[in-house]
Amino acid sequence: MTIMEEKMVPTTAPVIEKRTYGGFLKNNVREYGMLLSLVAIMVFFQVMTDGTLLRPLNLTNLVLQNSYIVIMALGMLLVIVAGHIDLSVGSVSGFIGALAAVLMVNYNWNFVAASLACLVAGAIIGGAQGWFVAYLKIPSFIVTLAGMLVFKGLALALLQGQSIGPFPEAFQLLSSGFIPDVFNGESLRISSVVLGAVVAAVLFGIKLRERVAHVRHGMEEEPGFFFLAKQAVFAFVIVWFCWLMASYKGLPNVLIVMFVLMLIYDFATRRTTIGRRIYALGGNVKAARLSGIKTERLAFGTFVNMGVLSALAGLVFAARLNTATPKAGLGFELDVIAACFIGGASASGGVGKVLGAVIGAFVMGVMNNGMSILGVGIDYQQVIKGIVLLAAVCVDVYNKNK
Amino acid sequence: MTTETLQTAAAPAASGAPILEMRGIRKTFPGVVALDNVNLAVMPGEIHAIVGENGAGKSTLMKVLSGVYPHGTYEGEIRFDGAERRFSGIADSEACGVIIIHQELALVPLLSIAENVFLGNEPARRGLIDWVEAHRRTRELLAKVGLKESPATLVTNLGVGKQQLVEIAKALAKRVRLLILDEPTASLNEKDSEALLDLLLEFKQHGIACILISHKLNEVKRVADGITVLRDGASVQHLDCRAGEVSEDQIIRAMVGRELADRYPPRPRLAPDAGETVFEIRDWRVHHPIHAEREMVKGVNLKVKRGEIVGIAGLMGAGRTELAMSVFGRAYGQKISGEVRMHGQPIDVSTIQKAIGHGIAYVTEDRKGLGLLLEDDIRHNVSLANLKAVSSRGIIDGGAEFAAAADYRRKLNIRCKDVLQQTVNLSGGNQQKVVLGKWLFSKPELLILDEPTRGIDVGAKFEIYSIMAALADEGKCILMISSEMPELLGMCDRIYVMNEGRFVGEFASADATQERIMRSIVKQGSDA
Repeated sequence: MTIMEEKMVPTTAPVIEKRTYGGFLKNNVREYGMLLSLVAIMVFFQVMTDGTLLRPLNLTNLVLQNSYIVIMALGMLLVIVAGHIDLSVGSVSGFIGALAAVLMVNYNWNFVAASLACLVAGAIIGGAQGWFVAYLKIPSFIVTLAGMLVFKGLALALLQGQSIGPFPEAFQLLSSGFIPDVFNGESLRISSVVLGAVVAAVLFGIKLRERVAHVRHGMEEEPGFFFLAKQAVFAFVIVWFCWLMASYKGLPNVLIVMFVLMLIYDFATRRTTIGRRIYALGGNVKAARLSGIKTERLAFGTFVNMGVLSALAGLVFAARLNTATPKAGLGFELDVIAACFIGGASASGGVGKVLGAVIGAFVMGVMNNGMSILGVGIDYQQVIKGIVLLAAVCVDVYNKNK
Repeated sequence: MTTETLQTAAAPAASGAPILEMRGIRKTFPGVVALDNVNLAVMPGEIHAIVGENGAGKSTLMKVLSGVYPHGTYEGEIRFDGAERRFSGIADSEACGVIIIHQELALVPLLSIAENVFLGNEPARRGLIDWVEAHRRTRELLAKVGLKESPATLVTNLGVGKQQLVEIAKALAKRVRLLILDEPTASLNEKDSEALLDLLLEFKQHGIACILISHKLNEVKRVADGITVLRDGASVQHLDCRAGEVSEDQIIRAMVGRELADRYPPRPRLAPDAGETVFEIRDWRVHHPIHAEREMVKGVNLKVKRGEIVGIAGLMGAGRTELAMSVFGRAYGQKISGEVRMHGQPIDVSTIQKAIGHGIAYVTEDRKGLGLLLEDDIRHNVSLANLKAVSSRGIIDGGAEFAAAADYRRKLNIRCKDVLQQTVNLSGGNQQKVVLGKWLFSKPELLILDEPTRGIDVGAKFEIYSIMAALADEGKCILMISSEMPELLGMCDRIYVMNEGRFVGEFASADATQERIMRSIVKQGSDA
């Protein structure tokens, strides 16, 4: 089909502005700002805790403590980008933890079968809530507020107010296991370091390929210097972290799960049609619908996805505690939602990035961890976290209006 | 005759001191000079029109005047009523009697007329609102603006035209001395527009000065005493209508800074009986989405031939948009019946996906609300309706997508820094081109254009017309809905006239005149 081979409107083409370092920084202050503030917070606590923060043991704990928040933040980001919210994720993850305990401990299910059943249950829960939101057009805030109460109650009912545990050894490995060391390193888990190096190299290769393609189409904005510096820092940080953790027990299994999920969701949001359509849905639902996007099905899908990730987070958390308690999942939704907003997602939908949400989750995590080491009480921890959330969003809004 | 006052302080043509004078106004935003050396003088009791292309700085100038951009954020001087004014906010300017009515009406839909009229200005005694007094005064004000509604009516139940009148009543309640109207008739039908302009003329008798911002030059010509033309942020000409006839061409010339030989691109018109029928609708019926008993489209038959531009004329609410959107995948209405054919074969258009798949594209009349992802860039907007073309197995090829967007940017001459620019920052005409680009990228056979030039400036209109002509030349079918009869007459091969859900007339372009179209609407109306 030949749509308009020739240029139809004879007028002068506008001059393309020359790109400058300063201009680029200004336009991307958000992305670099996020990363820099995470680094700043880490440096701050590293100094304040006399180096405790980045000790291998603590670093490993930090990852383990935040893994379930990060996992849920991935799903929550999609929900928020689609223009919705899910308040039920904490309750759902708690409920799934309870379900897992009942299946594995009381009914002696195999841990694989039980885990799969739990993930399916998560999908069904997410689907049920998504159905109300997407097809009955009931505000997600209300639907998931109801879900929050329902599943908190169901978790209590399922556990009959008791804690159930312990879990089978094999299941515990999900959270407390580390990748095996094939090299039998004495004080250093060499395979963890090697894996880190390989991952860093592969990521660098992928980014470089992407950039070459972008430059070919003239769509690259980032100056080459920034690109190289960013990638170098990134690769260094990955290898360094792996090294640190390798000097303790190596890379935790859950870190691998989390990292793989993060890569998948980052790719899905940036490069797939589904991801693009979710952004369109949140940006302008009517325009998206008139562009032939099945908006209801898509919104439904984001909730199903959220349900599955909540279930996974529930399993990780249960495996970490090695017991299912009625209090599991309490207040998780707050950390998860805060992570997304700190990471730059917009409450009105259509805006937000997976890496932002992950960084946001770690900002919260590092603050939790750092303040605990410093002996700041749980009372003021919450105050400080609240203020940081508000400040992050204020900076965001300010930058946008500038 | 015109008095040219290029780059000098606007010289009032009539005797006496102007009520408003703006001198040497300059306003910059980071990296952009929005206004530079703008001069404006409005005489007491004068209707003064400000015209200019989109992006010429009209709205910015009014924001400076009304205090939205407070004193100190701009350079220059504002004199109102003989004294220099330094407004620090809207409340300040309103206290002086300068009241602005924005294009997007600022009424609270779920409050009553009286509540809206006195919003922020409630007649109160010791903090308690005196509703009896408020309703009494509202009734007086409504009588002045000629609106026969109870003050207790909720604003949401009024049409746009009546809402506009409520806005004006609200301005009157604040003892307006200078009324600023930004595109007041953009969303009004012809009758309501006329009534509104008459009202302005009546206010003039009472000594209320008025600044009218409008793209509709016939309206400007009808009511304006003086015209200030803005171009690229500067006041380039002051035209005095009292001194003699000012022609539309004269205004347009000043607006675009060049001769505009023809407002429509020349195109060979299709002979009425020539060509192959590509698209056809038979006995199409649509019911209102909420009130199922109301039939909005009542048995419409329509044909579009290869390379033909077919217009649908009619007043607002005639059912034209309803017809178009219901055909486009049932995006409007319920209990839809009838048949749609493409190349003689009946096609299934029960969902938007299927309609797009069959080569139908619908360019909405509401580009901000229904057309664009404003927070997203040009690239993503262009590819949205046809992501398949730039992806394989669900994975988008970023390079191909960028190239496609850049291609349409070039072909449609979208003025922007690059295709990574957010669409919210584009002017109306360029936004419209982005929406057009999106639908052209979906490779349609039939393009339905709903008010394609609404709210965009003369230069951009010509570009849109040129694009339409080129598309028709390539053999695409174009169905154009428009409330502006001149553009239908200027562009279409054939025109259907729609009224109250029915087609009440059909004209070949050679036979169509504004009068004949209007007559067929009115005639049908009187029969009913």
